[in-house]
Amino acid sequence: MHGPAASISNCLHLDAATPFESMDQIVQLLFNGLTLGAIYGLVALGLTMVYGVLHIPNFAHGALYMVGGYVAYTLISKLGLGYWWAMLGAGTTVALLGMLMQALVFAPLRKAPELYDMIGAIGVMLFLESAAQLIWGAGFHRLPTPYGQVLQIAGMPFPLQRVLIIAAAFVLVSVLHLFLTRTVTGSTILALAQDPQGAALVGIDARRVTYLVFAISGALAAVAAVLYAPINLLYPTMGGLVIVKAFVIIILGGMGSFPGAILGGLIIGMAESFGGFYVSTDYKDIIAFVLLVVVLSVRPQGLLTQGAR
Amino acid sequence: MGPSRRSAIWIAPLAVGIALPWLAGGNDYVLSVLALAFIYAIATLGLNLITGYTGQLNLAHAGFMAIGAYTVGILTVDHGVPFWWAFMLSGVVPAVLGMPIGWLSLRLRGYYFAIFTLCVGTIINLVIEKWDGLTHGVSGIIGIPAPPGFGPVQFSTPRAQYYLALGALVVMTWMMQRIVRSLVGRSFMAVRNSEPLAEALGIPLMRTKLLAFVLSVFYAGLAGGLYAGTIRFLGPDVANIAHTFDMVTAMLIGGLGTVAGPIVGSLVLPWITQYLQFMQDYRMLVFGPLLVVLLIFLPAGIVGSLRNWHARRASQALAVAQPDAAPAHEHRASAAQRHGHA
Repeated sequence: MHGPAASISNCLHLDAATPFESMDQIVQLLFNGLTLGAIYGLVALGLTMVYGVLHIPNFAHGALYMVGGYVAYTLISKLGLGYWWAMLGAGTTVALLGMLMQALVFAPLRKAPELYDMIGAIGVMLFLESAAQLIWGAGFHRLPTPYGQVLQIAGMPFPLQRVLIIAAAFVLVSVLHLFLTRTVTGSTILALAQDPQGAALVGIDARRVTYLVFAISGALAAVAAVLYAPINLLYPTMGGLVIVKAFVIIILGGMGSFPGAILGGLIIGMAESFGGFYVSTDYKDIIAFVLLVVVLSVRPQGLLTQGAR
Repeated sequence: MGPSRRSAIWIAPLAVGIALPWLAGGNDYVLSVLALAFIYAIATLGLNLITGYTGQLNLAHAGFMAIGAYTVGILTVDHGVPFWWAFMLSGVVPAVLGMPIGWLSLRLRGYYFAIFTLCVGTIINLVIEKWDGLTHGVSGIIGIPAPPGFGPVQFSTPRAQYYLALGALVVMTWMMQRIVRSLVGRSFMAVRNSEPLAEALGIPLMRTKLLAFVLSVFYAGLAGGLYAGTIRFLGPDVANIAHTFDMVTAMLIGGLGTVAGPIVGSLVLPWITQYLQFMQDYRMLVFGPLLVVLLIFLPAGIVGSLRNWHARRASQALAVAQPDAAPAHEHRASAAQRHGHA
């Protein structure tokens, strides 16, 4: 399912494969790794938030990411909205979709065995991918961006969209951090993730917080897609590889850990950027998984967590 | 229900299965659809052993089926190995590969295991796609020979292939029945119901789970071998994770943790698909929500629900006979059925 898509994206964002001076080359690889890491980090952050609060691996998270990209595409190409308005629209739509998913799928399965949550999430994923194919077709779409220019800094080219991705990810993560640590609403999320019973004791409405988490997680996925889609492509299964990598990231960083998701995202982004250049472009997508296998063989509990799971 | 009545349940569907080529009146299309359904039923039986009976969701199952299929494809086309020799290896190769993979992944529990195997499935898919030298990459393996016959029996017509798949399914189902009713099968269920409890009873967790894993990928591999001999063309798509999801859906429709469930599900799934033919690629628009609705309203699946209904009726009959003893019995029976005991 990822076949032709993966190879097309290979050619597209491996602009680093053109020869540079060796120092320039490393800077470019770092820059590309940072871009990838920023996107993966944003997707993984939403995934880890849902896991932290609900202890559900949301297999449909990649599909939310995909829907976000498509919604923005429709808003821009059909309604003629600007890039930032489209991002806002996509974020809101997918946030609502995430809440709907919690209401229709995960809430009714609250007391079921964990196997059922996973299969339920897979059901949602299949539905969304199929729906996207029905609405937008199986082919590829390109999300237009007003930031197609290339910046020249110290004689090196930096595509503006990539700079934007890094800046936006940085701002989003900072805002999210401030929201979680400095506001009451934000702290209720952390409280629920730390200790559901304790949170209930101090009067936190777990239901409300859960919906909030799904909304934030969906919005993050959509924003990541809108940021990344202009340099990649839109297609119905585009979420497939991203979600698997996001899972790798949150396992590496420890499931439910926020700093772990960001660090894990950077590790995978860098590994892919450098691995794709020095090892093999063909096997670039496998690098993340090989890393996972190696890390889990040595430390089954992940890199940033302590104790057994 | 005594063992003789239990076996008797299988006789009627088997008779229909044998008579079907005559009932279908030479409709080769129906036969090839059914043959493929039987093959997927064998793979789903295996998935059910690790997921339904042992409680570990292996999302790399289609990957192991692909390894079995490619074992046959590569050996017969590139190395001229006779089909049946290659076919015998189609179960063994995934089982041997499954040992280290299982050992590595089964150290993780619950979600982590599912996610890890999702990654394993993705790796298998990508490796098949990229390793041109071994697997012919995206161009696939063309011209896999049909299974040669034994004496007067030939396997080249759709009808013969139908019987081959049916025969394989019968043998594999019988084997599965033996496995889940043995002490080993009981230990699988003990692990599913509670790992700490199973361990306290002296069941070696890792060894038991690994055995279930290797047996399940053996089933997947053999199904893959049959697939290669029936379809006679292989592409990386065989390993696509979507096939694992299809098997999960079939298993859930039929009933998790029942021997008949995967077979019923694997037959019902293409049957529904026939009706959704006008939707073609969009059938997941129906299957996705169906999966969720089943989970919420009919988690025991068709076979499991029938069995629950049967158990309820039996306990009601018992309640009429002995009003005092009945409630406790009913409670136990329904609790056991909810988890889908065989």
